[in-house]
Amino acid sequence: MNTLSETIDHSNPDTSSGKIMHLFAGLDIGSTATKAAIVDGSGKEVVAVAERATGWAPKEAANGTLEDALAQLDISGALISRTVATGYGRKMADADKQVTEISCHALGAKHLVPETMTVLDIGGQDSKMIALDDDGGVRDFLMNDKCAAGTGRFISNMATALGIGLDEFGLFAAKGTPVPISSMCAVFAESEVIGLTASGASREDLAAGIVVSIAKRLTSLAGRISFTPAIAFTGGTARNAELAQCFSEALGVELTAPPLAPFAGAIGAALIASK
Amino acid sequence: MGYASIDKLTTRAEKNPLEIAAAKENGQKVFGFYCLYSPVEIALAAGGITVGLCGTRNDPIPAAEKTLPRNLCPLIKSSFGFAVEDSCPYFKAADLIVADSTCDGKKKMFEQMAEMKPLHLMYLPHNQELDVTGPFWEGEVIRFKERVEQECGIEITDEMLSDAIKLTNREAAALKGLMDLNRQNPAPVSGMKMMEIVFKSGFFASKEESVECLEAIVEEIGNAPKEETKQGPRVIISGVPMGLGSHKVCQLIEEAGGVVVAFENCTGYKKTMQVATDKAPITALAEKYLATPCSIMSPNPGRIELLETMINDFSADAVVDLTWQACHTYNVEAENIRRFVQGDKNMPYLHIETDYSDADTEQLRVRIEAFLEMIG
Repeated sequence: MNTLSETIDHSNPDTSSGKIMHLFAGLDIGSTATKAAIVDGSGKEVVAVAERATGWAPKEAANGTLEDALAQLDISGALISRTVATGYGRKMADADKQVTEISCHALGAKHLVPETMTVLDIGGQDSKMIALDDDGGVRDFLMNDKCAAGTGRFISNMATALGIGLDEFGLFAAKGTPVPISSMCAVFAESEVIGLTASGASREDLAAGIVVSIAKRLTSLAGRISFTPAIAFTGGTARNAELAQCFSEALGVELTAPPLAPFAGAIGAALIASK
Repeated sequence: MGYASIDKLTTRAEKNPLEIAAAKENGQKVFGFYCLYSPVEIALAAGGITVGLCGTRNDPIPAAEKTLPRNLCPLIKSSFGFAVEDSCPYFKAADLIVADSTCDGKKKMFEQMAEMKPLHLMYLPHNQELDVTGPFWEGEVIRFKERVEQECGIEITDEMLSDAIKLTNREAAALKGLMDLNRQNPAPVSGMKMMEIVFKSGFFASKEESVECLEAIVEEIGNAPKEETKQGPRVIISGVPMGLGSHKVCQLIEEAGGVVVAFENCTGYKKTMQVATDKAPITALAEKYLATPCSIMSPNPGRIELLETMINDFSADAVVDLTWQACHTYNVEAENIRRFVQGDKNMPYLHIETDYSDADTEQLRVRIEAFLEMIG
């Protein structure tokens, strides 16, 4: 689960002097996954990240994920000075402060991709687009938060309908020629996909078609916010390189998905905690 | 902080249904109103009781959906649901329902409602500038006067109308006085409290009495020592009408630390317009009501003008534009408002489309909190 943490240099917190470290934690309790990030006392370096499924108990998931992150730091006596929680479960966590995922994703994305002007986040139950000003503050944002269309949940449902794993979805989509899928509604799109499967469409072409349909949905959502580069692609969907590439092509813009993209919200929360 | 005058209004408002019943016993006619376009002065001039009708709560909506389509605005469904269930005491008491052909959903709903109660529909033109619309609307105001005369069995003279206009102008001035208290910083009245006061002042058997209550509130709060509390961002809510039961967006803004300083809608600042007293009463009434800047008008420049005045007068930090689901006119017009607020005024703007249910409360909370965090 914590493979992404391999990209982090855990030896970064300087413990050689034996003094107690002051660290800051961010918890992003999403509808699907709970992410934790720890930054060092300077608030400049991400020293650990961890992830667990949120499941039915967001508070336990939050505590457990934070423990997982701390366990990666080979230091005794490390102290979390302050914790900020974000995500839909933010009010259930033991945290010093709650901040919305909009502000956290913006900060986290800016940290991971410093030249970011736009953030595209495809999360489990909503997708959001955030426009930043030159200083990295949130200038405007749009959320698709009323239905599953254009969300990670939609991709997950479609993967199930096609009988492929979520992590294979991008591979299938990359190989296919998009079949037009007209339904935006997750429920109707599933029926449509089943119908198209019955009429002989390949899973590759259907997966590619699904990516295009989500991209269309995001483009119409983006009507009021321009895709000003650089565009940071965050959220769980961004971890899949093929999928990120497919979205990039379907949207006709270059998306930058940093290795820690799924942790952007948690990192942003940790950065707020460090301030 | 509590105010005796607000408590008095609340206590008095509880007696409304009983007092309306008593007045009916004495032969007074009750006129029920849905919309700000209907000239209440005509019914008041005839000695009638004028009351607002229920339409701001979610619970009667399932009853309405038995005959109305689901994807219709919640305000229309709620109004109709209260009528079908006969659960609004004011609808029950009304001898005549006064309605306006504002939007498509409402005017077609009124066709069904007319099967339950005597209903007078005023045909409202959807333009305020053409030479033909003013005289047409004045004709509709006269036709309404004739209907009221027939209902009450009296002739309404210009003098009677002038007296009624005096009273409603007093009411509009009191409401303006109340709402303008929040031009101060910090604002002395929360948005939720403001909504409650204005809402509750709309169901009295005697308008004279509700106006007195409002005037007392303005005086008491106006004279109270100023509190030096630090408040969050000052938000103006624009868009569709709101009331108790459809207040969630206002509540969420204030729970997230913002202050709703004013409402640019027909349950807010649009109620503060005066009727001219230097011309024939019928003409003055027709002009005043037609000028109401609702999104059913095309074009609707008055809304932008009103919003601009309010943004300046109330020292607003942001505008939240509220649209009820399936309210096409406000939903489409939101783009004009966004361009004006974000573009011309360079001010944070958030458009929210929702209904009366609690289903999206947490999603809305995220958006509203993020919006306020953005303002910082």
